[in-house]
Amino acid sequence: MLGLQILIDGFAIGSLYGLGAVGFTLMFGVSGVLNLAHGGIMLVAALIGWLAAGDLGLGTYAGTLIGILAGLVSAFATYFVVVRPIQRSKAIPREETEIFVLTGTLLWGIMIQVGMAYLFTDNPVTMRPLIGGIVNILGVRTPYNEIMIAALCWIAIGLLWVLVNRTQAGKALLAASINPRGLTLLGFELSNIYLLVWTIYGILAGIAGVLLASFLGLSSANAGQLTASAFSIVVLGGLGSVSGSLVAAYVVGYLETITAYLVAPTLRPIPALILLVLVVYIRPQGLLGRR
Amino acid sequence: MANSRETATQALRRLVQGGTALVAALAVAPAVSAQSSAPIKIGVIGEESAVAGASITKAAQMAADDLNAKGGVGGRKIEVITYDDHSSAADAVRAFQRAVNQDHVNAVIVSYISEVALAVEPWAARLHMPTITPGAASTLISKHVHDDYEHYKYMFHGWINSAGLADTICDTTKDLLVGPYKMKSSVIMSEDAAWTTPLDEEYQKCLPKIGLKVLDHIRFNPDTTDFTPIFHQIEAKHPDVIITGISHVGVQPTVQWHDQQVPIPMAGQSSQATTSSFWKDTNGATEGVITSTAAAPGVALTPTTISFTDNYTKRYGVSPSYDGYSSYDDVNIIALAVQRAGSTDPDKMVEALEKTDYVGTMGRVQFNGKDSPYTHAVKVGKDYMAGVAIQWQDGKQVCVWPTDICKAKLKFPAFIKLPQQAAAQ
Repeated sequence: MLGLQILIDGFAIGSLYGLGAVGFTLMFGVSGVLNLAHGGIMLVAALIGWLAAGDLGLGTYAGTLIGILAGLVSAFATYFVVVRPIQRSKAIPREETEIFVLTGTLLWGIMIQVGMAYLFTDNPVTMRPLIGGIVNILGVRTPYNEIMIAALCWIAIGLLWVLVNRTQAGKALLAASINPRGLTLLGFELSNIYLLVWTIYGILAGIAGVLLASFLGLSSANAGQLTASAFSIVVLGGLGSVSGSLVAAYVVGYLETITAYLVAPTLRPIPALILLVLVVYIRPQGLLGRR
Repeated sequence: MANSRETATQALRRLVQGGTALVAALAVAPAVSAQSSAPIKIGVIGEESAVAGASITKAAQMAADDLNAKGGVGGRKIEVITYDDHSSAADAVRAFQRAVNQDHVNAVIVSYISEVALAVEPWAARLHMPTITPGAASTLISKHVHDDYEHYKYMFHGWINSAGLADTICDTTKDLLVGPYKMKSSVIMSEDAAWTTPLDEEYQKCLPKIGLKVLDHIRFNPDTTDFTPIFHQIEAKHPDVIITGISHVGVQPTVQWHDQQVPIPMAGQSSQATTSSFWKDTNGATEGVITSTAAAPGVALTPTTISFTDNYTKRYGVSPSYDGYSSYDDVNIIALAVQRAGSTDPDKMVEALEKTDYVGTMGRVQFNGKDSPYTHAVKVGKDYMAGVAIQWQDGKQVCVWPTDICKAKLKFPAFIKLPQQAAAQ
């Protein structure tokens, strides 16, 4: 029964981690941007969703949609206010752009976090679950919400797969991650592709933020940790590799859950971090990395 | 030549002497008049982004406004200067130093966090600044005063300390759960913090005395976000009740307890559940939670309880957290001590504070003397400060203890299995 409990809880957590990390890694693959404001964007989605669902009285479903939209808006804000000006700046040497983007998004993430703490306090918020109640799976009391979160994550990831592999725009996206120069030679406008990847990223981060708020709750104090966990998962899976990130998300999700149940809840993040350090030593390209 | 030089030197000396006297006179003059009409300045350090910490500054400001509306105390206005320590001990110490050295306050009210109060305490001693914490609970705060009185006498503890809190909770649990529901076992679930160390020690002593076996004792990291494994561990022991010690966390364990339908009631201390906004914060998941607190809606512990709660709620849109009551009282206590001392001299103020006998918003406030191991902590008990217990029922805080004042019956959500029901199945 404990085994099954771990299996179920780890799956829900892993799915959420996966959803959060997929957009993050896709963006790195396509545009070389590591967005360290990631946790901040999830936070905005969760807080705005919570505000809309509760205080504004729009209910859980409308609140969820508004939260996702808020995630998208803050992703665009990150791109247009922070990332694009750095990428286009003539004052910053080409080879240093990535470092500047890294620093810029890190600072931007801190600004979001502090701003949100000012507006909403650093008390955690929780969205009401889309479906309440529990179901008994072979003796394990599982909230419907947990099952639905895993399902929604996989629907979102599935839609992303269809988009990337089955549509014209998606194929261009994939091509950009392999050879951006070649793509520009074929006459594709890279900035449109960047815009597309930020749109996808914003929606995915928004969904992850809102779902996390309905599952465990989210506070402005968590923003840094969310970025760190997405970053670890992506490095573990291999930078830029979507399937690697998914595998890594479940590895981390299960490692954490097993630690929490069998060792101590307090030590939860430790083994995954040790694994990360080992991977960086032994297999720097990550589990499924290309380089 | 020599003569005239001598005269010049003498003249210069006279000038310097005269000037010094003049400067001294100027410096003394305002000090003298300060005795009569200058405002009493109180520095208030709170935690604006925390549920409990935000009540401290708000209630203190309200207390000052209320006193000033009545013309102040002894003809002196009360001026409250607020600081936000962002829940950080380092920030609190900086705010304290600024309050004393730059803003020249006469007393300080500081924090609901024991770690913060303990960090500020040596500074209160060093800078000779009468200081009261309205919300911290660690027993160490007053133990320091007891162990080294001459040094630490400037520190006062204005809230029921953890040991007193645990005893009160044991009394509550006995009257509410052990008696009527025949509960026999419990698990202690506390956040790992300075205030819960003495709390848990006392829980472990007093729970068996009221007939509740302690099956497990869980201290978790306040950064915990997923409480599923903790609830799972608790459930495996099959206790009749979870006795909580939570203050920094609140929303997440409560919501997850509700969403996962953990069938065991939660009672004890859940500080965030003491404010009215907790219902909204948890989307109603707090239904059925029992917690100790300062006062309950509509229950007149003293003649001012209800009017304070109502005025605060009207002004700020939420009800005061437990430390709002003590913070409001502490402003009054400090102002009255200054009036009794006839001065803002710190040592005279400490003497006057020690003689405090004040009926505030939640009970009668007196501080323990040197002979008590908890020197300068508020006296706890039926005749002094005792607090009440509330349960969240249908979106409202309902007073359920002490049972002679609060007659409401307990009501639990459907997913809770009580021992009698469990036996019937």
